[in-house]
Parts: sequence; C-alpha cells; structure tokens
Amino acid sequence: MIELRGVKKRFGSQVVLDGVDFDVKEGETVALMGPSGTGKSVLLKTIIGLIKPDAGTVVVDEKDVFRLKRKELADLRSHIGYVFQNGALFDSMDVSENIRLGITNGEKYNDLDYVHERVRQCLGLVNLQPEVALKYPAELSGGMRKRVGIARAIAGEPKYLLYDEPTSGLDPVNADIIDELVQRLARELKVTGVMVTHDVRGAFRVANRLALLTGGKIVMQGTPQEFHASQHPKVKEFLERDFDNPSFAA
Amino acid sequence: MASRTLDIPTVIGNRVLDGASHVGRLAYFTLDMIRGLAEVKIWWPRALTEAWNIGVGSLFIVLLISSFAGAVTAFQTGYQFTGNIPYYVVGTLVVSSIVLELGPVLTALILAGRIGARYAAELGTMRVTEQIDALESLGRSPASHLVVPRVVAGLIMIPALTILANLAGILAGWWSVKLVLPVTNADFTYGAQSYWRPWDAWYSLIKSFFFAGSITVIACYMGFSTQQGAEGVGKSTTGAVVTSSVLILLLDTILTRILLNQ
Repeated sequence: MIELRGVKKRFGSQVVLDGVDFDVKEGETVALMGPSGTGKSVLLKTIIGLIKPDAGTVVVDEKDVFRLKRKELADLRSHIGYVFQNGALFDSMDVSENIRLGITNGEKYNDLDYVHERVRQCLGLVNLQPEVALKYPAELSGGMRKRVGIARAIAGEPKYLLYDEPTSGLDPVNADIIDELVQRLARELKVTGVMVTHDVRGAFRVANRLALLTGGKIVMQGTPQEFHASQHPKVKEFLERDFDNPSFAA
Repeated sequence: MASRTLDIPTVIGNRVLDGASHVGRLAYFTLDMIRGLAEVKIWWPRALTEAWNIGVGSLFIVLLISSFAGAVTAFQTGYQFTGNIPYYVVGTLVVSSIVLELGPVLTALILAGRIGARYAAELGTMRVTEQIDALESLGRSPASHLVVPRVVAGLIMIPALTILANLAGILAGWWSVKLVLPVTNADFTYGAQSYWRPWDAWYSLIKSFFFAGSITVIACYMGFSTQQGAEGVGKSTTGAVVTSSVLILLLDTILTRILLNQ
C-alpha cells in the first residue's frame, strides 16, 4: 500500500504540492490526472524517493521512504517499477542491456541464461519481437521506446508500477496499445499501478480509481462512475472537454 | 515602469550562498562517489572502457600540442641565448620546463576541454533525459555506474598521457633546438642529466594526478547538476571546462609551492 500524507513541495517561489493526501491500495490501478504542470510527476517521484518533499510523509509497504537508509531505499525501489515519460532508456546500451538493468536481483542479473529468457519474456509482454533486443534506443519509434521502458520496469518483477504519462506524445492508436498494455499487466502480473496522465479517456479506460490533482491538492478521488457524476467545479472543468469528445463516450 | 537598481550587497550575498551551496553539494557528491567505490564489479569494467576511450581518443592531440610546446620552448631558449651561457644549459631548460610545467599543465588543460566537456555533456544529457533518475529508480547507484568509472579512468589515463606528453615535448624540443643553436646531442643530454632530479618526474606525475581528479570530478558534478534541457547541458559543459581549467591553474600554484619550495 502507498500512503502520502500532507506532502508539500515547492521549487523556489512556486508551490507545486500543497499538502497532498493520496492512497493506493494493493491490486488497484489509480490514475492521477491533472492539467500540465500541476506536479503529477513530482508526486510520482516522491513515491519512489527521487524527489524529497519539503513536508509530509510518503509510506510504501509501511516504510517511510525518506527515513530509509540508502540500502533499504534501494531494496524498496527494487519492488517498484517506474516508467518514465520518454522512456529514459540508456542510449549507450541496446534494448537487451536496458531491460537487464531492470533485473534487480543480483544473482538473476548475473545469470546470463536467465537474463536472455527474461528479456525475451518482457519484450513479449509488451508486444515486441525478440529481435528488438539488439536495437539501440535511437533506432526505436516513440511508442516502442515507451514499451521498452515498460519492459525494463517489469523485468525485476515489481509489486508496484508507476507510470509517468505513458501515452503522452503518442498517436491515438499507439496510446490505445499502451492503455491496453497497462490493463493487461495489472491483470496478468497482479501489480498495483499508479498512472500519471492528462489523457482523461485513457485514465477512465485503465484505472479502477481516479484522482484529480490541481492547485497543489488532490481535489477528488473516486471511481470512474463517481467522477462522471461529480459536480465539483474543478472536476467538471477538467473533464468537460473530454466528455464533449465523442470518442470519450465510446 | 519599474525602476531597476543594482543591489550590490544582495548580488554578493546571492553569489556567496550559491558558492556555499555548490561546495556542500560537491562534498555530498564526492561522498557518494567514495561509497560507490565499494561496487568494484560494477565500475571496473566500465572504467576500462572509459580509460581506453580517454587514452586512444586523446593521444594524438596531447602528443601534437606537447610537441609544439617543446619546439616553441626550444626556439625561445635559442632566442634568449647569449654567448656567455654554455650550450648544455639548453637541455636543462627544455627538460625542466616540459617536465615541471608545460607537460602536466598543458595536458590537463587540453583534457579539461576534451574529456571534461564530454563527461559534462554526457551526464548532463542523461540528467535531463531522466536516465540518471531511471538508474536510481532501479535501485542502482549512479555513482558506481557513471561517476566512479569516469574518475578512475581519468586518474589512470591522465597521468599516463602526461608521461607521454613530457617525452614528446622533450624530443620535439631537442630536435628543434638544434635548428637554431649549434647544440650537439651530447650537450643536450649532458644538460638534461646535470640538473635532473628524480623528484621532478614524481612532481610532474603528482600534479597530473591532482589535475585528473579535478577535471573528472568537476565534469561529473556539473553533468549531474544539469537543469533545464539543452540550454542547461550547454551551461554545464561550459561550466565544467571553465571551472576545471581555473582549478588546474590554482592547484598548479598551490602544489608548486608545497612540493618544490619546502
């Protein structure tokens, strides 16, 4: 379980998070929505300890992330897969080496037979051919890079998967492929997921629960049905354009 | 229209705070790097690759520049010579100038531009494209994967390149001086050996070792501290070259005072 309480973060004079409370229960996929620049990615990075909040607590599996020692934090991170917005693939390594780095167990990492098999499995899970393993990130399309990023994040068999804008910059067809992938991984691997997105349509398709972050606070958390029915002005304002979009209704 | 006045105390205060914060962050960065040394299996293979890249990639330019420096030293020595000074002194002057100063300092300044800029740009790009965050998110230490290999490679290869630069400079000086003065090989080698102290070679190596540390650590730190996209990478790269060049000259002065004037 992931629990954030009173998380605050500011960069210079700009307040990004202003006392955020946010929970993610085991097994669910939560979509964290909000307009661009409202601190969604910052919130996601606090969960894994990449950004330290100015105040508040971040607890994952009953461990306070910012009170852990270096080794304990590395151990906790080995149970969390993080999918970066633009893949964040290591461009000096081929896809196979990139995915190998996601194998967080030291023994398995050094077992080349296991690595070979795991890379093949992970590529299969994200619908990529085994031949992609030998390519370098620069040789991949944007959608493929995102999928390789997901393959790397799941290589270590994580308990949690954090997705930072997994569909941003993709055309609708590729965005749908990624959305289906997120759903399938939650179903098949039983991982708990947090997906940061401003793609309302995708969020409603993928998530069991939604949260809206705006003005530095979570203004609403609930099921897709509760969001549909909400009369909260911020929620209505955020969803309005997509509700009017015919593809959303479909 | 808002009036714009230069608030000098505030500007100075901000600069001091900024400098102090860099010192603090550099101390943490160095501490992280020292911790990263424990993961030998991670950094050693990468360090060998980096060492190869530094050595092979920099050899030509280092030899070229040190040869020119040796030749110019010889020509200037020839220009300043009067009939009262014995010719063998030329050997002393060329060898001492190259080994004590020109070899290590020029090599370091060349490599501050070549390696320092490369490291800062590489790591800066990795920072802005979240590759460093990705390493951390995988529970891996960016220090042992990215910083230690580069620093170790620099600490091995920069002194090695300095030795070669010294040799190239001396040989070029030896050959060049014979073009402007009637110096024989025997005169040159006699002069070179007469005032030669083994400590001079150690001094040259010690200096290059310190220069190597400042080039690589500063470049990696600047790369890691990069912010704001392509512009940030440019700033880090420039900052790495300028800072390490200034540090090289500062260290040169301090080490000369400590090691030669006891």
